[in-house]
Amino acid sequence: MKGFCLEVKGSYACFTRPEMKVERVSYDVITPSAARAVYDAILWKPAIFWRVTRIEVLAPIRWISVRRNEVGAVASTKKRHIFVEDNRQQRAGLFLRDVKYRLFAEFEFIPPEKRGKVYNPVPDYLHDMEELEIVRQDEKPAKYAAMFERRASKGQCFNQPYLGCREFSAQFRLVDPQVEPASPISETRDLGWMLYDMDYSDPSNIKPQFFRAKLSYGVLNLGNVEVRS
Amino acid sequence: MSNPMKNRYDFVLIFDVKDGNPNGDPDAGNLPRIDPETGHGLITDVCLKRKVRDYVMLAKNLSLEFDIWVKSKSLTLNEQIQRAYAEDDAVKKAVEAWKAWQKDKKKNPKPARHYEDVARDWMCRNFYDIRTFGAVMSTSDKAEKDGVDGMSKIKKTAGQVRGPVQITFSRSVDPIVALEHSITVCAARKADKPVESQIGIQGRKNTVPYGLYVAHGFVSAHLAAQTGFGEDDLNLLWDALCNMFENDRSAARGLMSTQQLVIFKHNSALGNAPAHSLFKRVILTRKDDSKPARDFSDYKLEINKSNLPAGISIIERL
Repeated sequence: MKGFCLEVKGSYACFTRPEMKVERVSYDVITPSAARAVYDAILWKPAIFWRVTRIEVLAPIRWISVRRNEVGAVASTKKRHIFVEDNRQQRAGLFLRDVKYRLFAEFEFIPPEKRGKVYNPVPDYLHDMEELEIVRQDEKPAKYAAMFERRASKGQCFNQPYLGCREFSAQFRLVDPQVEPASPISETRDLGWMLYDMDYSDPSNIKPQFFRAKLSYGVLNLGNVEVRS
Repeated sequence: MSNPMKNRYDFVLIFDVKDGNPNGDPDAGNLPRIDPETGHGLITDVCLKRKVRDYVMLAKNLSLEFDIWVKSKSLTLNEQIQRAYAEDDAVKKAVEAWKAWQKDKKKNPKPARHYEDVARDWMCRNFYDIRTFGAVMSTSDKAEKDGVDGMSKIKKTAGQVRGPVQITFSRSVDPIVALEHSITVCAARKADKPVESQIGIQGRKNTVPYGLYVAHGFVSAHLAAQTGFGEDDLNLLWDALCNMFENDRSAARGLMSTQQLVIFKHNSALGNAPAHSLFKRVILTRKDDSKPARDFSDYKLEINKSNLPAGISIIERL
């Protein structure tokens, strides 16, 4: 299956380190799970599973600190409402700014008998008429590749992709790295243990997985990293 | 939900502040937020969302289906809440059905829907801000002792509702300057101390003489379908974005106004063009660079409508 490459840009980003969640501190570069979520925001079906293979960092790593008033309470039917003044938490965040990445990913095709249940089917009135033709094709990976290519090249998405938090929206562009070469930053660094993704195989016990991230000349190669839970 | 939303929208909100502090930075003694590297002013996403919530609270008076979950005490409308907060019958029934099934799985059928999903729908239906911006929810009790109500076997999960509306940080078109004004206290506050010792103290106030800010936002029809955010809700959102500053006057804010809301409507749910290519069509330029801007009329707003991609229409709201 051929892979895809998305060029993703944003004014801000926050890929929160799990050990610093209260006063959020971002990882230096996008995590594979956040990169997967960008692909998911454009196209996801129970038939496919996105795997990010390579991340290229095209913009220098820069930071900004922003402190915001947040609410430290969750919604529940047991309460009537939340008063922000009673649940006030001022939290700073150390975010990335002016980020630009190239995210390479391919999807794994899941045969019909192994697919999970759909809980939230897209209502009929939202179906894209032009896409229906592709949908009617046989269950083959190529069908989903065609759907993704169509959406990404037209700027279509299920919801606007974002860089770690929803307020940091991302602009995306499908690029062919052969036609449009780009040079990553020339930074080589060991980024230490970094979140790879969450393991959703058991929905009642979702586990984080980590890997040793090594940035080599601005490239994070995820081809054969060892992932540990 | 009446009239479900069938289109994707991307919007540009242009608003300004005159002699006020649009959004203080708690890290900098409540000075207006400034991007330290460029000098541009910033306004956080949550600041604008608060104003949308407050506008809807006032406009809809917390009526049925337009209640606001994350309330601010500065708007004390509590006495006017007209809705009964008794839990919805559907939720009660769903919990009962779940308990019955937990007790005897042979005799009782497994309910088609988990009670948490029913409860989540109820929250979305009743609270405008939850179905617009989403919320982190926990829709079950804390685990209680075994057998009290059969809930103990039910795993406490926190669901998340992703709302269809995403708003980014706003940024000023030009760098801003923050002015600091000293003000003098002239009214004594404490009755048990001499008046002379209480007046004449200097206070501080920070303002931006003028700042024109731009925020970008997105509305996803797919996520709208999941939370039940319909066309009427969307129109209320546009109203809120246009009028939210009109009901948010205060000594700190100065004069804030929405100057223009430019909405790009796609004729499909997935969209017809990349959002950033549409945002580029809204161009704000200074008419005269030789003197500092002090009014919206010092700027020229152009909306480039030539060769619009097929299926995109522009709506200008104010």
